[in-house]
Amino acid sequence: MKHLIDIKGVSHAYKTKHGPLPVLDGLTVEVPKGEFCAVVGPSGCGKSTLTRLVSGLMRPDRGTVILDGQEVTSPRKTVGMAFQNPVMLEWRTILENVMLPLEIVAPEMKKSDAEARAMHLLEMVGLKGFENKRPSELSGGMRQRASLCRAIVHKPQVLIMDEPFGALDNFTREDLWQTMRDLRAAEPFTCVLITHDLRESVFLGDQVIVLSGRPARTQYVLNVDLPADRTIDILYDPKAVDMLHVLRDQIRIAQGRDGGLH
Amino acid sequence: MERVQKIAVPLAAIIAFLALWELIVWANNWPNYVMASPSDLPAAYARFWNLFLVMGWQTLWRTILGLALAVVFGTLLGMIMGFSKLARDALYPLLVGFNAVPKATLVPVLALLFIGQHDFNTVLMAFLISFFPIAVSVGIGLSTLEPEYRDILAALGASKFTIFRKIALPKTLPEFFGALKVSVTLAFIGTNLVEIVSPHGRGLGALFKSGETNGDYPLMFAVLIALAFLGILLYYGVVALEKIFAGWAERAPG
Repeated sequence: MKHLIDIKGVSHAYKTKHGPLPVLDGLTVEVPKGEFCAVVGPSGCGKSTLTRLVSGLMRPDRGTVILDGQEVTSPRKTVGMAFQNPVMLEWRTILENVMLPLEIVAPEMKKSDAEARAMHLLEMVGLKGFENKRPSELSGGMRQRASLCRAIVHKPQVLIMDEPFGALDNFTREDLWQTMRDLRAAEPFTCVLITHDLRESVFLGDQVIVLSGRPARTQYVLNVDLPADRTIDILYDPKAVDMLHVLRDQIRIAQGRDGGLH
Repeated sequence: MERVQKIAVPLAAIIAFLALWELIVWANNWPNYVMASPSDLPAAYARFWNLFLVMGWQTLWRTILGLALAVVFGTLLGMIMGFSKLARDALYPLLVGFNAVPKATLVPVLALLFIGQHDFNTVLMAFLISFFPIAVSVGIGLSTLEPEYRDILAALGASKFTIFRKIALPKTLPEFFGALKVSVTLAFIGTNLVEIVSPHGRGLGALFKSGETNGDYPLMFAVLIALAFLGILLYYGVVALEKIFAGWAERAPG
């Protein structure tokens, strides 16, 4: 089977004052085209490193990252990124923020077309009417919605998200999950989501990958065989509850606390 | 209403200040060769109005030119220090040391180096005294740019220059203008330092000096007030520029 993202035996270590700190150790992840891959794991296990490797911002010490059949050696225009901090440029309006990637990826694109594209996305995430506001006038949840629009405005093949909903309150977070689900239904992109929220990983993911503690390797892969048009209620479905239990156990193992301590 | 308040309140404060000054001079019964009072000033302006215009202009253009040089040089230096840790480590002690040297001590040095070049000396001093805050704030603004800001564009393969132009530069503007407000005042100090100390000086500093030589206290105070006026003028010029280029950084009231 051909995967859009193929991470093969990737190992990486950071240089620190006290010598090398290995964060990834022989990590292998496969994401088929169009699939949503959620990655969970104990904190500090190297999840964010993974996003930087896939986006080409960093190269691994060993192993290869292959995106659409080509080894990733530098950043490419077919990737979109969203972070926990929605980093809006305060001197631009929301619309101008969303249009930013187009200025880099498609500078030849007509401004009216770029605006129309950005407006379409803002409408989809419920930010119509806010396009001319400054980021400081929006709530955290709204900024994160705008940040999602910016991440996919240039129609990337892959959307990489690093705990994008981590700083939001629970209800806002659940709203954002549904926004995410609707965006995916409308726009075909493959997705890698780093999260520490197991419910989020089950609600959004087609597969959930559990990373072990540092240095991280793939510890467990869960296939989420729930229907695509999920609502929040599905998290209370026995099937989903079972999955959450399995994931919880896996996290416990990853934290090195199976048996003994509990 | 808000508009009226914006002008009326500071105006009232200035009038209150002048009234207090008048009152203190009157209460102590100081003659005007000890301390001039505000009521002495109109006469001084009326008598020397043409000198005030000519010399005020000399002070103003030299200060602005010095400041302009400080903006260009300070920004460039700030960029170098902001982007290169090596340059930062190398230049910081040097800069701090240079900034610590009292600029008055440089007046005779410059006077000897560039004998007779009054305009050049004055502009140079205004520049030397005022580039430091700009260099430091631009440097800090750039070096503390959160990596996520950079990553938004870096992940799309944008060049370093594009990242600088679209993100680092605009993001540093509020710090830049903050520093520029400090530099405005410093540049005036630099200009006047040379104008007062150097012989056959020009500008308001020289007018101040001649007032001192002639024991004309009202003239000296009139010069001080004129300098304050120019300072306010230039400061609010910077504020206006800040509104245009970095108005986004201002929080909505409330």
